[in-house]
Amino acid sequence: MIILWTDGLICALILSILALGFALRGKEHLQRPLNTIANNSVGMVSLMVLVFFVLIGLLDSVHFKQQGASNEIISALDYWATPLRTQGEKTYSAPFATHLFSKEMMTQADGSTQWGYPRLQFGGQHLSNDSDKLADILQKAAVGFAQGAAIFLLLYFIKVQGARFKVQGKKSGFHLLPFTFYPVPTTLLILITLSCILIHLSGYYHVLGTDKVGEDVFYQAVKSIRTGLIIGTLTTLIMLPMAIIFGILAGFFRGWVDDVIQYFYTTLNSIPSVLLIAASILMVQVYMANHEADFTSVVVRSDTRLLFLCLILGVTSWTGLCRLLRAETLKLREMEYVQAAYALGVKQHTILLRHILPNVMHIVLISVVLDFSSLVLAEAVLSYINIGVDPTTFSWGNMINGARLEMAREPIVWWSLTAAFVFMFALVLAANLFADTVQDAFDPRRGTQ
Amino acid sequence: MTSYLIRRFLYAFPLLMGVNILTFVLFFVVNSPDDMARMQLGQKRVTEAAVSNWKHQHDYDKPLLWNSEAVAEKKVTETIFYTKSVGLFLFRFGTSDSGRNIGDDIQQRALPSLAVALPTLLLGLVVNISFALMMVLFRSSYLEQAGVVVCVVLMSISSLFYIIGGQFVFAKVLKLVPISGYDDGFASIKFLILPVLIGVFSGIGSGGRWYRTLFLEEVEKDYVRTARAKGLTETQTLFRHVLQNAMIPILTGVVVVLPLLFMGSLIMESFFSIPGLGSYTIDAINSQDFAIVRAMVFLGSVLYIFGLLLTDISYTLVDPRVRLS
Repeated sequence: MIILWTDGLICALILSILALGFALRGKEHLQRPLNTIANNSVGMVSLMVLVFFVLIGLLDSVHFKQQGASNEIISALDYWATPLRTQGEKTYSAPFATHLFSKEMMTQADGSTQWGYPRLQFGGQHLSNDSDKLADILQKAAVGFAQGAAIFLLLYFIKVQGARFKVQGKKSGFHLLPFTFYPVPTTLLILITLSCILIHLSGYYHVLGTDKVGEDVFYQAVKSIRTGLIIGTLTTLIMLPMAIIFGILAGFFRGWVDDVIQYFYTTLNSIPSVLLIAASILMVQVYMANHEADFTSVVVRSDTRLLFLCLILGVTSWTGLCRLLRAETLKLREMEYVQAAYALGVKQHTILLRHILPNVMHIVLISVVLDFSSLVLAEAVLSYINIGVDPTTFSWGNMINGARLEMAREPIVWWSLTAAFVFMFALVLAANLFADTVQDAFDPRRGTQ
Repeated sequence: MTSYLIRRFLYAFPLLMGVNILTFVLFFVVNSPDDMARMQLGQKRVTEAAVSNWKHQHDYDKPLLWNSEAVAEKKVTETIFYTKSVGLFLFRFGTSDSGRNIGDDIQQRALPSLAVALPTLLLGLVVNISFALMMVLFRSSYLEQAGVVVCVVLMSISSLFYIIGGQFVFAKVLKLVPISGYDDGFASIKFLILPVLIGVFSGIGSGGRWYRTLFLEEVEKDYVRTARAKGLTETQTLFRHVLQNAMIPILTGVVVVLPLLFMGSLIMESFFSIPGLGSYTIDAINSQDFAIVRAMVFLGSVLYIFGLLLTDISYTLVDPRVRLS
């Protein structure tokens, strides 16, 4: 078991979210917005998609050293997807293809050579005849569908049993009446069956084809989930303390504290963020090139760069939230209840912690969920300019970057780009919809609409 | 007013000094000039002579902050920090690591950048505001809901896909415009259409949503109700009252970015190979040319601070309630 920096931080993040949830359970003023979210079907569906992505990301965040000759650092997801990872092809192949995408010279069994499309080493190798392919795919998909449906029914059964156990007599069990549409269970059903079908099929085919060096595109797209999630979450983790502390202090103490903090964030803000990121990443590259001994493994190397990227993104993006918090604190400190606390002789830090901080938390929460999707999108752009994640890291930005020239090929290689598009779109759309729901629920100005 | 402007102008100096110190720390302290020289000359097997020769060529062979060997005021002036900072403040950017004059390059490349960025901004503004106004006009109907859904979907697509998709459909399949390139004068129009349109289209999602919330906030206000009570139609209130009042935040939001248009758009320019400042920066980043990146960082900060100043002035011009003091 090896804990990389990002793994450890993700773990810390999840533990702190759990602890926060535990500390805040049963608080009346939080129940209302949470209920609003729970009753909003768009919000719940997008939350479910997000949780699905997070689970894959977590599975990919458990790293250990593989026993055996190669001694690589791999994650639990890699271990699970070993056939996908190891059984590559020579070069491009289309989704579900049995032959390579480009012609080459092949040597026949009798020694003569022929110009044609060679058979894939892995994709569809169990087929004896190419004409069986469609039937075989459908049959394999049906098996996957059956597995998925079985898992769903099992979950559903557990839920019904659990519900019966907890609230006796309440008829929460008869959800799945025919011809009635329930968005949340339907999404769960679609997610589970779809992933089962894909998992089952990818054991026999390259479901989304292979890329230039013959690596499975489906595997790349799935591996990229972790990178996207880490950039979206760790950056917020890094920027939050700075934004909250500076924003509240500036608004609360005013005077020279405010001046200094304002100077600080105007300076940072006035540097174009892309250039600041570029400059910092250049520096990290120089540092890594000069300290090669510290970064022996490729995984450690790319992980360090990912962490640095989050750090820099955090440094460039905290100013917006800081300004919002400062303005809100300026408003709050003149409120009657804060004045009353003053008059009663409550100490300053107690006022800050007990009266100001909880009352700006909704802004923090809203900006965290709003930032998430823009950070995932930013990663793709940064990777395109070569100042994003390490080129060896799997990420949607790197996939797009690699696939950019493939659109100019004849016939075009569309699957890498499409795969990156679909996965990224699903994650970002879910995040955007969920952010909307959270904003509606927690923003007092939007609550009544 | 004048004294306020002078004060704001003077306030720009500590800000720029801060930017300068930050970039200095990033470029020279975190990594010494020796590291940079090795990076440029190749990592392995670089002789000491080659490194010191490179440093001498690029003026990096002085102490960083304090020259104890020099005499009198030269203790401060004969340092990398002093020479490089003074150059930046006087807009003398010096030569790039590849030996070209950075100031000349910037002058040449600012115009193509502007030719892409300015039409994109103006057209985008018109499109976004009309889209948002349509949504507000048909508020609480299915039409508005559909508009919001379209916005969220458009927002969720990375700008890279718009560019790749647009280039593929309009330039490769339909062959309406050239895929990429640039020409001088009016011949450049056929190269600029596609980047401008794609830039506008990729901004509709977030822009339309943002302006919609602006208008919705305005629509709830008392003066709008008064206008309706007077008997004005919904379109009249929207265009004559709401739009005018919402112009204040819209205008100030636009003014901030106006100076930054010179910097160009990194992605757009490199995809369409337009020889602007954006692609200049990308090339510098890719070839690890520190002198150019430093100059661009400084230039960007100057333009941003200038934009802030313009915003303040434009506030007083459009909103008579605001007085600068």
